Amino acid sequence: MNIINIEHIAKVYQVGSEEVHAIRDISLKIDKNEYVAIMGPSGSGKSTLMNMLGCLDTPTSGKYDFTGVSVSQMSDNELAKIRNKEIGFVFQTFNLLSRSDALHNVELPLIYAGIPAHERRERAEQALMDVGLKDRMHHKPNELSGGQRQRVAIARALVTKPSIILADEPTGNLDSKTGEEIMILFNEIYEKGNTIILVTHEEYIAEHAARIIRIKDGLIESDAPVANRYIPKLRAEVN
Amino acid sequence: MSGIALLSFEFKESMMIALRALRANKIRAILTMLGIFIGVTVVVLMTTAIKGIDNSFQQGISALGSDVLYIDKWTWFSNTPWWEMRNRRNITMDEFEKFKSLAKLPIAIAPTLDTRQTVKYQQRTVESVSVDGSDANYIQTTNLNFDEGRFYSEVEAKSSRNVCILGSQVAKDLFPHGNGLGKNVKIGAVNFKVIGILAEQGSFLLGSFNPDQRVYIPIGTVFKYFSGHRTRSITINVRAANTAAMEDTKAEAEGIMRKVRGLTYDQKDDFGLNQQEGLIDTFNKTVGVIQIAGLFITGLSLFVGAIGIMNIMFVSVKERTKEIGLRKAIGAKRRTILTQFLLESSFICMVGGIAGLIAAILLSFLVNQFIRTSVQYDAVVIAIVVSLITGLVSGFAPAYTAAKMDPVEALRFE
Repeated sequence: MNIINIEHIAKVYQVGSEEVHAIRDISLKIDKNEYVAIMGPSGSGKSTLMNMLGCLDTPTSGKYDFTGVSVSQMSDNELAKIRNKEIGFVFQTFNLLSRSDALHNVELPLIYAGIPAHERRERAEQALMDVGLKDRMHHKPNELSGGQRQRVAIARALVTKPSIILADEPTGNLDSKTGEEIMILFNEIYEKGNTIILVTHEEYIAEHAARIIRIKDGLIESDAPVANRYIPKLRAEVN
Repeated sequence: MSGIALLSFEFKESMMIALRALRANKIRAILTMLGIFIGVTVVVLMTTAIKGIDNSFQQGISALGSDVLYIDKWTWFSNTPWWEMRNRRNITMDEFEKFKSLAKLPIAIAPTLDTRQTVKYQQRTVESVSVDGSDANYIQTTNLNFDEGRFYSEVEAKSSRNVCILGSQVAKDLFPHGNGLGKNVKIGAVNFKVIGILAEQGSFLLGSFNPDQRVYIPIGTVFKYFSGHRTRSITINVRAANTAAMEDTKAEAEGIMRKVRGLTYDQKDDFGLNQQEGLIDTFNKTVGVIQIAGLFITGLSLFVGAIGIMNIMFVSVKERTKEIGLRKAIGAKRRTILTQFLLESSFICMVGGIAGLIAAILLSFLVNQFIRTSVQYDAVVIAIVVSLITGLVSGFAPAYTAAKMDPVEALRFE
């Protein structure tokens, strides 16, 4: 079954007296355990599409079924519930709560899911271990490196066991070595059977995915599998 | 989870989030609390002080006796023009005797005439003391009680002996170390023997009505040393059997006085029938005005505190726009965000309010040194409820702003 099934969605913004067609007509399907990169220059409608896929926004017209449920007409609170349970967000700027430690940051979506405290703690600890931050659980974001912060954010995205991971330029604020470490982590997550949607404007990053969708002027320009998928490997530490 | 369990879970978690946010901005939270703290402190202290004034007055008035009628040349609280009252005949001792022989209902009747005199004992002097002359029945028309000694007897009154009873304040001023009983004091230029000292009765609010600041002597000595028979009008104190009998006693007294004075049916009373009620009414009106003005002014300070909270909450929402965006993105509902911010503002108010209450209670011990009072139970409840409501009301607009934020916009906010 498709996790995401979009049919002829459009999104029109009213800016002053002018109508802006951010998305003109897009249809796409994404299956379980796909690794999709969405690419496009700024102003292409890429961000709008990402917001739509992440259930942060609803389309002006068209149909959007998420795991078989129509979300295009949902209320704010229903959307919040879907985001909480089904979508794991990873942002370019990490978006961690700066005054809370890593553990609390990872617990946050579970709080909104109504999970009791002890279970929350266990699951958050497990998620942090899974991203390799066993020893950093009680560190605050400013005590962590950029890569570690992004790992916390990934743990936060994974902790609810969502249907999709939606990553918006996850390496945009990282140096290339750290960026690659993060891409290794994404690859591991993908190989465990998760569905990942990666939004990026870097060709090199997009090639980590198995399928690339290119957006231009609110339309899909191309949608094709990656012939030579780049599978990142852990480089031996120079010692 | 069931509905209620879910709500209580959300409430608890929102509380934790709110507490974290406050802990993160301690100084700001404390400064904001200060506004509410001061507001609640002054409001509670104000109510306490007003209650104290009221207590003090009620206590003082009951020392005077609430079932006593004062037949006087003057009507205390009325619209009768003063010149009309001034032209009334003086009430004389003869009229008093006639009145006494005719009245059936009162349980005690006594004439009084006061005079202002300087009272001295050795080097100590109290200026301008109200010296009351009366007869032996006077004590039955009041609720006065004694620290030491006794009131003068009928024989002492009839024979106008130079004996006196001192109010507690006068006694303290003249005999700071006690031992006043049996000493001779000088009232004006005349020696009087102290045969009794009153217990502390009254209240500063009663002014010269306060028994503590008075001296009691036989009425005959007032006429003899301080005033001629004809020159001044006496007051007749009439005590009813109880407050319920007040109306009948008053009606009888009016009838008898009219008869004694030979008034015809078409003539108005040329005397006043006074009750403490008049005094109480006037007092209540005054206290009412003080109360409204006081609560308005102190309420303003609470209002300023509330504006402070609203202001800080707006700043806090603005500052945390991105955080709110994130929380919404990962699944916080509008209600959850609203609750979080409302709890934050209510918590500030509650802590400020309770601290203010504690401060007010401590300060009221200080106030208690001047006016007997204590913090009222209802003031405690009102203070807490008011600070909670202040928190909710002043926090609502900022919290609502936060709750209805668009997550996409909020996440983009820098």
